[in-house]
Amino acid sequence: MSFTNLLKIALKAILSNKGRSFLSMLGIIIGVGAVIVMMAIGQGSKQSIREEIQKNGTNMLTIRPGADMRGGVRLDPSAMQTLKQIDYETILAEAKFVNKVSPEVSTSGQAVFGSNNTTSTCYGESPDYLGIRLWEVEEGIFFTEEDVNKSAKVCIIGQTVVKELFPNVDPIGKTIRFKNIPLRVIGVFKGKGYNNWGMDQDNVIVSPYTTVMKRLAAQTHFNSILCSAVTEELSDHAIEDLTEILRRTHKLKDGEEDNFTIRSQQEWMETMSSTMDTITIILVVAAAFSLLVAGIGIMNIMLVSVTERTKEIGLRMSVGARGLDISNQFLIESILISLTGGILGVLFGALLTWGCNAIIGYPAVIPAWSVIVSFAVCVAIGVGFGYFPAQKAARLDPIEAIRYE
Amino acid sequence: MPQEKKVVIKLENVRRNFQVGNETVKALRGVSFEIHEGEFVTIMGTSGSGKSTLLNQLGCLDTPTSGEYYLDGISVRTMRRSQRARLRNRKIGFVFQNYNLLAKTTAVENVELPLMYNKDYTAKQRRQAAIEALQAVGLGDRLEHKSNQMSGGQMQRVAIARALVNNPAVILADEATGNLDTRTSYEVLVLFQKLHAEGRTIIFVTHNPEIAQYSSRNIVLRDGKIREDTYNPNILNAAEALAALPAPQDE
Repeated sequence: MSFTNLLKIALKAILSNKGRSFLSMLGIIIGVGAVIVMMAIGQGSKQSIREEIQKNGTNMLTIRPGADMRGGVRLDPSAMQTLKQIDYETILAEAKFVNKVSPEVSTSGQAVFGSNNTTSTCYGESPDYLGIRLWEVEEGIFFTEEDVNKSAKVCIIGQTVVKELFPNVDPIGKTIRFKNIPLRVIGVFKGKGYNNWGMDQDNVIVSPYTTVMKRLAAQTHFNSILCSAVTEELSDHAIEDLTEILRRTHKLKDGEEDNFTIRSQQEWMETMSSTMDTITIILVVAAAFSLLVAGIGIMNIMLVSVTERTKEIGLRMSVGARGLDISNQFLIESILISLTGGILGVLFGALLTWGCNAIIGYPAVIPAWSVIVSFAVCVAIGVGFGYFPAQKAARLDPIEAIRYE
Repeated sequence: MPQEKKVVIKLENVRRNFQVGNETVKALRGVSFEIHEGEFVTIMGTSGSGKSTLLNQLGCLDTPTSGEYYLDGISVRTMRRSQRARLRNRKIGFVFQNYNLLAKTTAVENVELPLMYNKDYTAKQRRQAAIEALQAVGLGDRLEHKSNQMSGGQMQRVAIARALVNNPAVILADEATGNLDTRTSYEVLVLFQKLHAEGRTIIFVTHNPEIAQYSSRNIVLRDGKIREDTYNPNILNAAEALAALPAPQDE
């Protein structure tokens, strides 16, 4: 029998049992909808993380002190004091593939202006900082090399600090106290908002690194050194070059482990992406189990359908249908049920995704391939779970089937 | 009898055994006969006589345990299931006791059914053949009626049209009047006699001895063997019998 005719028979069978067909589709609809929305959430999260990282400059390299071994004990990297002024200066003088460098020192504490106070973090940076982070000063100015040399008591503050300390006052030219040290506000950053990990990126105070090191944190090492590779493509070369420079300044012998780590934004992005991928996979697998259950539901309904239509099968066989014709008829019916369920499921998933965006505000994006994969999975379910009932139908004995009551 | 006509059905010592538990039931114990083109044969017998088993053999729904069955010259015994399905599709038209029409399906679609399994027919040819078959059974005005909108007699005529549509070598009717009242039974018999007159080969399996009077030959089975095989020298006319019936009361 031709495919068109089989399709017509299947459609007729489905439409003559609308309620039952819909119920058996429902499992697929929910399953596919869940898979689609999970993938959309995963994809959306990945995209927004990528955008977030790109906002901070894709060619940014971060040098951190590495885990050091002291007598066989691995020490906490954050407690390491391996990054010094000499490293910074050597990088400035010798590094070939980086065009901006800023050491970074940070300390948290209370900032006070008049009767207002807030807890914030003060970052010590070089004037290259703005360029590395792709950040802008909205009002006022950023500090200069001269301010660094003088350890000038100036700062640029983020929007959150402005809101907390200067609710009704123009902050420029005012002096705040951070950990009891007076800092003159010379600029205000443009707002950046929260990042993907819920950190308020506007709750910052930025001062020359010399100021923070000498006056606020009283330390002689850097927490990290930020660099900007000339281009994103040269990041790897820059990392090699920086590694070579730092090994030299740190007087590491061949075979000794690096006591610092250099990470590019790409690596960071990849780490985040793969974390998101793992989470997405877990979610999708959970949703996929519901598809398995839905498939069993379809199999069940197809078995009922075969039993109900035993007489029809017997008749078809006696007028010349081969086993193959009969099994195709039922296979197409089960594929049609699961594929229709799949289409409705994708629509349902799209609706949920839209809800995610519009109502909850979570950035979810349906990847095109997830729709294609859903359809493929639905066809596979139709075939996989329709096969057994179809075989059962095809193996019926026409003599018994035609007399079945 | 016109013995020079083509042999449509030839059975040679056909036996059919069934295994029921440890016992072997011999449903057919060596049945041999030939049926020629254009014969109207009734096969009679009480229940348990092997009538149904023989019908299944003739209809290529089953194969003999031993012996040979030739349908239109083709040996059926060694055929695979799918080959027999094709043979049924091309050579046999079935008419069942309880019509076996597809529910919620129009008369013309029901009649088209056998041709759906024949790739040589296009949709258009299929429809045309179905319409002609329905006209041949006097239902040319009921093409689009669904099976549940028809009377028993009409349904059986649709079933007969379905059996005709593939222009089969033989029409096999299984108690085709068994579910019908006397009047409708005669109407169906009239139709069978008309088809017989047109040269069709018909085998009518029944337990009703009256029907034998309207056929050209009668084979009686008992205990899986042929008890009687007689030609009917005096075929009654079903149309006359129908006319002689008292007029229907309900109209």
